[in-house]
Amino acid sequence: MTAVFDIFLRLAVWLLLAPLLPGIINKVKAWVAGRRGPPVLQLYYDLARLWRKGVVLSTAVSPMHVLGPAIAWVAIIAAALLLPVGPAGASLSFRGDALLFVYLLAFARFCIALAALDTGSAFEGMGVSREVSYAVLSEAAIITALLTLCVQSGSVSLVTMLAPSAGAGAALLAAGLFGVLLAENCRVPFDDPNTHLELTMIHEVMVLDHSGPPLAAILHGASLKLLLFAVLLTEAVLPLGKLTLPQAVGALIASVFVVTVLVGLVESLLARLAFRRVPLLLTTAFLLCLFALLVAWKGGMPS
Amino acid sequence: MSGTMNLLIGLAMGLSLLALASSRLPSVIRAAAFQGMILGTLPLLLEEKFHWLVVAVAIGTITVKGFIIPNLLRRALRAANIDREVEPLIGFVPSLLLGAAAIIAAAALGSALPLLPEHAKTLLVPGSFATVVCGFILLMARTKAISQVCGYLILENGIYLFGLLLINSTPLLVEAGILLDLTVAVFVIGIIVDRIQREFDTLDTRKLTSLRE
Repeated sequence: MTAVFDIFLRLAVWLLLAPLLPGIINKVKAWVAGRRGPPVLQLYYDLARLWRKGVVLSTAVSPMHVLGPAIAWVAIIAAALLLPVGPAGASLSFRGDALLFVYLLAFARFCIALAALDTGSAFEGMGVSREVSYAVLSEAAIITALLTLCVQSGSVSLVTMLAPSAGAGAALLAAGLFGVLLAENCRVPFDDPNTHLELTMIHEVMVLDHSGPPLAAILHGASLKLLLFAVLLTEAVLPLGKLTLPQAVGALIASVFVVTVLVGLVESLLARLAFRRVPLLLTTAFLLCLFALLVAWKGGMPS
Repeated sequence: MSGTMNLLIGLAMGLSLLALASSRLPSVIRAAAFQGMILGTLPLLLEEKFHWLVVAVAIGTITVKGFIIPNLLRRALRAANIDREVEPLIGFVPSLLLGAAAIIAAAALGSALPLLPEHAKTLLVPGSFATVVCGFILLMARTKAISQVCGYLILENGIYLFGLLLINSTPLLVEAGILLDLTVAVFVIGIIVDRIQREFDTLDTRKLTSLRE
């Protein structure tokens, strides 16, 4: 009974807190630019409004157009439930769940891409092609980061992998994972979430033809993914598993907040990269994770 | 002490990757200069006893590699009035990957070599191999004379790092001679850059390979 209650509690926290992050980012951006900015809870209002609206479907689409966002949303939630919260562990944990974590994220992307392709619009096909080509590099980086944690802790379960800190390579790993966070969530150096110009956007172009509740699922899923990467980054770097539960939760909240503010600052201070320069930055993120792996591997060897 | 040194050598390896990845000449020059300065501080860490000769070598290296040579290069850049874009023969992503492969190979090679026990735990040998290879990649893969000079400087930094293994038995005169050579070489290259620019209106060294009347 308590286990079921625990899962529901975590689910509620993940679902309710996720839309806060884009709000904080927008507030930071507004603050840097000297504007007042939208309220922090803006995404909640948007989601409520979208949920009440009806769905407009093109005659060309198949049921996948509506199913895709729903499946992606569920996959991201499932991935989120695999992440442990400090010493309390995860609600769902088994040997090798790190692999499932990577695959769930990839599956969510696949579903969103399929739903976008389903409209038959060449424009969305272009967005999908860009999203998927970035994913090739950012997934390499995240797999390397998880491999580093595996080597460091000698385990393939996320709970034991994320409990200690990443050791000597923590700074490298943090920088690499931050790059992955920006790329996976389509934040500024890679993509500009504010634009609606055809040549400058990646994620936004895939969701142009969605409306109503499916769009709400996509937006909420995107904010969940942001929270998920912020939590992953924090837990990879800080030894949360060694703290007591209140300390761990406090540290987690504080550092997720710091990561969010950092994303907002990056977004205000950097320009979006030219499209051909993006692979270089993603390769750099991959190499940072790879060197963290090298440090973990060399450090672990008895010499 | 060995931890600080490894951190500095790691930073130097990162800087050679930065030089491989950056698309602007001033940032390549800055990376090479900063690397030279970081490596210049290493003799102070390596020597247990304070010795004024070592301090003199360190200060000399930092001044020459960190200030004099970059200033000569920047002046050549300004005088020749060239476009600041680096023109790569091998693209930025492949050269970055090659550099990373060099670092990993150097780490593997460094652990396979029979080193003295006091050197086995430091990154001196892997760092020097990796820096030499990164310098070679920069030399080969860029067409502009200035970025080739930066490749040469990074290559020299790698050799200097290797030379630190023998710091106790290298006389000061050798160090001073190397620094003087380096400065003169960069000075001469600065003049050559100006000549190439006047003759061909570009710094592209590929033009030098074709014969003409």
